[in-house]
Amino acid sequence: MPLTPRNVYEQQAYNRRLTVVVLAGFVLFVGFLGFGLDVFLLGFGPGSEEGMGFPFPIATVVAMSIAGVSATRSALNGDVSVLASATAVPVSDNDPKYRQLLNIVDEMSIASGLPRPKVYSVPDPDPNAFATGRDPAHASLAVTEGLVERLNREELQAVVAHEMGHIRNYDIRLMTVVAALIGTVLLITEFGTRMLRFGGVRGGSGGKRDSKGGGGGLGILMVFWVIALILAPIISQLLAMAVSRQREFLADSSGAELTRNPLALASALQKITDADDPTKAIKKGTAHLCIADPLGRSANEREGFIADLLATHPPIEKRITLLKAMAYQHA
Amino acid sequence: MGFLLAIGVLVVLIVWAIAQYNRLVTLRNQVQNGWKQIDVQLKRRHDLIPNLVNTVKGYMEYEQDTLNKVIQARNAATTASGVADSAAKENALTGALGKLFALAENYPNLKANENVKQLQEELSSTENKIGFARQFFNDIATKFNIAQQVFPSNIIARMFGFQPSELFEVTEAGERAVPNVDLSLKK
Repeated sequence: MPLTPRNVYEQQAYNRRLTVVVLAGFVLFVGFLGFGLDVFLLGFGPGSEEGMGFPFPIATVVAMSIAGVSATRSALNGDVSVLASATAVPVSDNDPKYRQLLNIVDEMSIASGLPRPKVYSVPDPDPNAFATGRDPAHASLAVTEGLVERLNREELQAVVAHEMGHIRNYDIRLMTVVAALIGTVLLITEFGTRMLRFGGVRGGSGGKRDSKGGGGGLGILMVFWVIALILAPIISQLLAMAVSRQREFLADSSGAELTRNPLALASALQKITDADDPTKAIKKGTAHLCIADPLGRSANEREGFIADLLATHPPIEKRITLLKAMAYQHA
Repeated sequence: MGFLLAIGVLVVLIVWAIAQYNRLVTLRNQVQNGWKQIDVQLKRRHDLIPNLVNTVKGYMEYEQDTLNKVIQARNAATTASGVADSAAKENALTGALGKLFALAENYPNLKANENVKQLQEELSSTENKIGFARQFFNDIATKFNIAQQVFPSNIIARMFGFQPSELFEVTEAGERAVPNVDLSLKK
């Protein structure tokens, strides 16, 4: 992807569009998997006498509801468990050490026009931060002690603005939808591969295909479907990571819009990447909400096609370059 | 048939007009709320300044003139009314405060004082908050004004007598005198 310099608003519009495209692709992919399961394995295809006899995607709907319910449940209480697993402690209003941080959070909630999120600190020397909560009214924002110590006021403000960007863009909700889609894919794959293995192919294939015309087209489609089924877990992971990276870029530019100071975020990111110990307190499931990948995975540092596909976060260098472009400084 | 079509078009038009009207009312409320946010921060700033002046008075006895100017500007600002008047008087206050902070650089004892440090953090945070509240207010007020000017929502705005909102603007002179407020970073 060539880096096109964009201003703050163009960057946001671009990332929103890309999210829609990726999500639409994801939904189509899930639909194709579910449709295949219905037609090829359960025999609910067009014209079949078994099952319901009309093309109602029963497997897709069931898988999607199960995954949707479980993802929604985890999203509703997700913030509590995420904060607990990161050993985050609430920051009290009178703590002089965090007075500045609380002031900054107030400033950013004024700038974004959102209610002030609850503020937590994480006892970890590695600089990092994350946001969680199902909507702006129930949002929490956590920073590590290392972040407060290492960054100056402007940089801290930029990081808080990035997290407020995640909150304002409803990224937690979006990632819940993504989790539900992944869950659906896993359910369909599990069920589909089991049925294939134990010889459950019925309905759409076999004798029926011979009796009907145009069965060849369906046969080729089925080959595609089986391949898609086998690759589905990987493909859905890749799509989820793609969404996550777009939201990082979007939060960067939203943060820059709030502070009108993209260079502060660029220098904060530089400091965060220079201290490249993994943030031990923050677990894998929270990675996509952090300002930088807490696992210190090399995939997030390296550029290149494979690294680009596998990372929750875009390479920091690329983020810094884009932020500099927003400040009309061309690297 | 033609009759039904006419009714259909009329219903669509009415629904559209209601939606536009509601949007304008929502925006107007957001603008008013944005202004209240600025007001809250301005009041906080007015409350902090006497504290600051009292704390630094002992250290800066040769700067009575500057301190008096800050107090005067503060008192003038508390009596301001309306967006434009308020903007002008707050700018004067920001300028006076900027001078005070610049002079404070000459007093190492003052800078080391824990109380003063805290007050300075509070005050600069309040300055930031004013800046950000202003930024938010201006963004939302611009949105409101644009909605009143573009076709076709301008028709509804004209019909119900919506008035464009003033923006909280900074004059050139005020802007130059301020070292620690980023008011001008509009893109």
